[in-house]
Amino acid sequence: MLVLCPLTAQAGTLLRIGNGPEPESLDPQRMSSVSALNIARDLYEGLTRIGADGEIEPAAAWGWQIADGGRRYTFDLRPNLRWSNGAALTAQDFVAALRRVVDPATGAPYAQLFAPIVNAAAITAGHASPDTLAVWALGPSRLQILLKQPAPYFLGLLAHPASFPIYLPALAQYGRAFARPGRLVSNGAYRLEAWRVESQVALQRNRQYWDDAHTQIDRVQYVAGDDVAAQLQRYRAGELDVTSEVPLVQAPRIRADEGSELHVAAYLGSYFYGINMQRAPLGDHLALRRALAMAIDRELIVDKVMNGLALPAYGWVPPGVSGYQAQLPDWARWPYARRLAEAQRLLADAGYSAAHPLQVEIRYNTHDDHKRIATVIAAMWKQRLGVQATLVNEENKVFFVHRRLGLTQIFRAAWIGDFDDALSFLDVLRAGNGRNDEHWHDTAYDALLQRASSQSDPAARAALLEAAERRALAAQPFIPIYWYVSKHLVKPRVHGWRDNLLDVHYSKDLGVDG
Amino acid sequence: MGLIVALSLLLAIILFVLLAPLASPYACDEIDFDGPWSSAPTLAHQHWFGTDSLGRDLFVRTACGGRLSLLVGVVSTLVSLLIGVAYGACAGYAGGRVDTLMMRAVDVLYALPFMFLVIVLMVLFGRHLLLLFVAIGAVNWLDMARVVRGQTLVLRRREFIAAARIGGLSDARIIVRHIVPNLVDIVVVYAALTLPQVILIESFLSFLGLGAASTSWGALVDDGAREMMATPWSLLFPALFLGATLLLLNLVAEQLRLRLARGAGTT
Amino acid sequence: MLSFALRRLLSAVPTLFVLVTLTFFLMRAAPGGPFDGERTLPPQVEAALTREYHLDAPLWRQYLDYLGNLAHGDLGPSFQYEGYRVTELIGDALPVSLALGSAALALSLLLGGVIGAVAALRQGRWIDPLLTHITLIGVSIPNYVIAPLLVLLFAVTLGWLPAGGWHHDRPTDMVLPVIALALPQIAYIARLLRNGLIDALATPYLRTARAKGLPLRLLVLRHAWRPAVLPVISHLGPAAAGLLTGSVVVEQVFGIPGLGRYFVQAALNRDYTLVLGAVLLYGTLIVLFNFVVDLLYGALDPRLRTA
Repeated sequence: MLVLCPLTAQAGTLLRIGNGPEPESLDPQRMSSVSALNIARDLYEGLTRIGADGEIEPAAAWGWQIADGGRRYTFDLRPNLRWSNGAALTAQDFVAALRRVVDPATGAPYAQLFAPIVNAAAITAGHASPDTLAVWALGPSRLQILLKQPAPYFLGLLAHPASFPIYLPALAQYGRAFARPGRLVSNGAYRLEAWRVESQVALQRNRQYWDDAHTQIDRVQYVAGDDVAAQLQRYRAGELDVTSEVPLVQAPRIRADEGSELHVAAYLGSYFYGINMQRAPLGDHLALRRALAMAIDRELIVDKVMNGLALPAYGWVPPGVSGYQAQLPDWARWPYARRLAEAQRLLADAGYSAAHPLQVEIRYNTHDDHKRIATVIAAMWKQRLGVQATLVNEENKVFFVHRRLGLTQIFRAAWIGDFDDALSFLDVLRAGNGRNDEHWHDTAYDALLQRASSQSDPAARAALLEAAERRALAAQPFIPIYWYVSKHLVKPRVHGWRDNLLDVHYSKDLGVDG
Repeated sequence: MGLIVALSLLLAIILFVLLAPLASPYACDEIDFDGPWSSAPTLAHQHWFGTDSLGRDLFVRTACGGRLSLLVGVVSTLVSLLIGVAYGACAGYAGGRVDTLMMRAVDVLYALPFMFLVIVLMVLFGRHLLLLFVAIGAVNWLDMARVVRGQTLVLRRREFIAAARIGGLSDARIIVRHIVPNLVDIVVVYAALTLPQVILIESFLSFLGLGAASTSWGALVDDGAREMMATPWSLLFPALFLGATLLLLNLVAEQLRLRLARGAGTT
Repeated sequence: MLSFALRRLLSAVPTLFVLVTLTFFLMRAAPGGPFDGERTLPPQVEAALTREYHLDAPLWRQYLDYLGNLAHGDLGPSFQYEGYRVTELIGDALPVSLALGSAALALSLLLGGVIGAVAALRQGRWIDPLLTHITLIGVSIPNYVIAPLLVLLFAVTLGWLPAGGWHHDRPTDMVLPVIALALPQIAYIARLLRNGLIDALATPYLRTARAKGLPLRLLVLRHAWRPAVLPVISHLGPAAAGLLTGSVVVEQVFGIPGLGRYFVQAALNRDYTLVLGAVLLYGTLIVLFNFVVDLLYGALDPRLRTA
């Protein structure tokens, strides 16, 4: 055990990243947490990658052609790609990774991400064998993928760690436990040096990487820790160069003391309250849902509860998504006083009054930030609308089970997009989606999404998706509250840090002084 | 002397907790949307202890938190007292094989990590206030059971028990009529020691986010600890009250223990 | 003596068996499973995971399998930490918790002992109530308040010590966590010892000795300490087991890869096997320490020597 960790004595430049919770796995097909995905992007490399400003760039593939109306992708790999142990990396490795992720036996949380590929959905559903996936190696360095329908975001999916190749001999030898120090062989700019559970994952530059000449930082440590306040203390004590986020309550002080080191940027995430559409009275009264949505003063929440570290949300798809116009209900532009007056009128029209108040329940999973937001929203409803709002705090797992079973009325929810496209959000409200805990079913909405998927013209596709979002906003099966922002502290000694919508940062693009 | 002072200070805290909300224009969870948030103590808006980072009045919240903490403390202590005395007295009175078996069960429960058990109970049964009492009380009765059993073993051999038995009293009656009344001293001391412990346990549960749904001192101290850099008063007042109460309760227990020891010394 | 020890340790087996059974079924009674979260898994994927971890078998079957593996020293795979066995996770975390816990134990015994003895010897003078109150305050402040304050003062403001983390070549990592762990124990031990000494000195036998003019210090060193340390020792049994298995608060605040978080985090994540492993370890330690306490009791108090 002692030999695992003698890291601090080594030479070379070092970057220490506060990474939030312990990564659940370093197997790219089995991970889903942000902290694991961050490490995977340093360890492995996919066909494409997210550029510093969020655009798609070539990675293991140096180029590609798209044919058949956006359905057929042909990738050319860079010559002489190698694994960290020196073995050759071929197109077949990428084929194997995609087959592995859609195979239900793998237990991949992101199995459905690759549904646009021909046969992928059938394989994940257990109706077809993984080798029927429409991905082929045309020689050692050429790869072809056929899609069911054109998907303009498809190149972005190939930058997602779920598509990254793994070294199959290691999987064959060690099984599930292959992603461990001494066993893990990877193809990214870094290789795994040490992993101390609940402490840190240490990476060392991979000399076999095709672009190693441009890698500036020799060693990267991903430091685990759920406690954001403790992370800030360690950053202040000079033990971390980057933090995964900052504690909201300390934001004003951070702005004053470390303002120039604080990076805040729009992020692909939405925080909202879902409404269980199967439960009366909210489920069958649009006016009530609308009144509750209108009475929330989002600017106040963002300003005072989130301390400016969020954007007030009125729509569903976050702003900044490529090729998409953000949608807002018309009342979003009204001043708050007018919205409140309208909300009061809607409630009164529905027959609710001080003597006969509307009773609602807000349920949230245990977390300080969720509690604070629920408290403020309940107070807004109670003190300004006369709605009796009860708060129910449930332990995480219990909460998700109750939500899924439809035992909740209004429930806290959040969605983080997996790729830069409106569909990553809109699909969540589709009738068949397993996450649709609102139990909202709208055939017209589903049809709009269906039509958009078969549309190859980007403008026409966007128009259909925008129409779908307007439909969802009009039905109000959920109440948007805020859009996430990424919020990191980055020491001045780190250079090359660029904020982007997906909050993706590759260590190979960064440099450090001293 | 010390006992009187400590008890009167405790009484003062209890009175504050009960009466303070009547003196303030604010309610426990009310947000003063028009007033200043994260404000230091001020007379201007009648926020005598200041407001927290959500614009709630800390004067009222400290009182509300105290109500809950004291309630949890008293009820949970009573629960553990009830189970502990009944269990301990039965085991001690029965003696022999029954006693051995019952105490082995206590040993098993001792070997369960206490916090883990409370957490599982909270997860299993949801976060109702009543269940919080039961959960804390139900895991905290072990000490009480041991002490009571030890004492009962001694009592059992005394003449008046033998006399009662010859007089034809049933076992249950003997336990209720003769054993339990003779345990009062030691039980009171133990209860006084348990009370602050239980309040501390509730505050730890609040730290884990598993405390009662409404405000307790533990929850307030936890909130305050998160915000101590920005708004030190949000930690100061609840911590002061929580600390003082625990201190006073411990002092009272200490004094009671001394009296008991002295009483035992003189007879 | 040896046979007594053996019998005692053997009698622990049923205790641990009941413990495992209780924990197993309690955890399974809790709603939600290891794969529940904001993101739902496709049904076939969830089914595959359930099969992989044998969660699809009937509960009694899983229970028997667990016991069978346990008999072979295998605590099963962790659900939360993919690719790790529970024995590995505990094996990695245990040395950390043992190091911190034993240092904290030593510190609290030393300081608690000194404070308790001084308070008892100076009973009635100004220093006794002062120490008593300080220790009472020590017992009364939750350590999730003390720990961040320590970091703020010694790491961020003064910069003397690291704010957190755990490196094998950096012993300073231990200082603040050990203090945070030890503080409540110091207070508790000091109180127990002081009260024990005062009670002992109040016994008729020692009162007579004192009336005859034997110096107080001598009385304590020769006689009073024996009965006085008994309550300290019986407190130390469970306290040592608690300290050596880590504290979730201290680990969270200082970023320490110890055992304490497994009792809470693993329960919340429904990492069934890890919870069972942690509980089993704790139970074993409790049984072991209670045994040691009994031995010490026997050595110190001849009246209790029964075996």
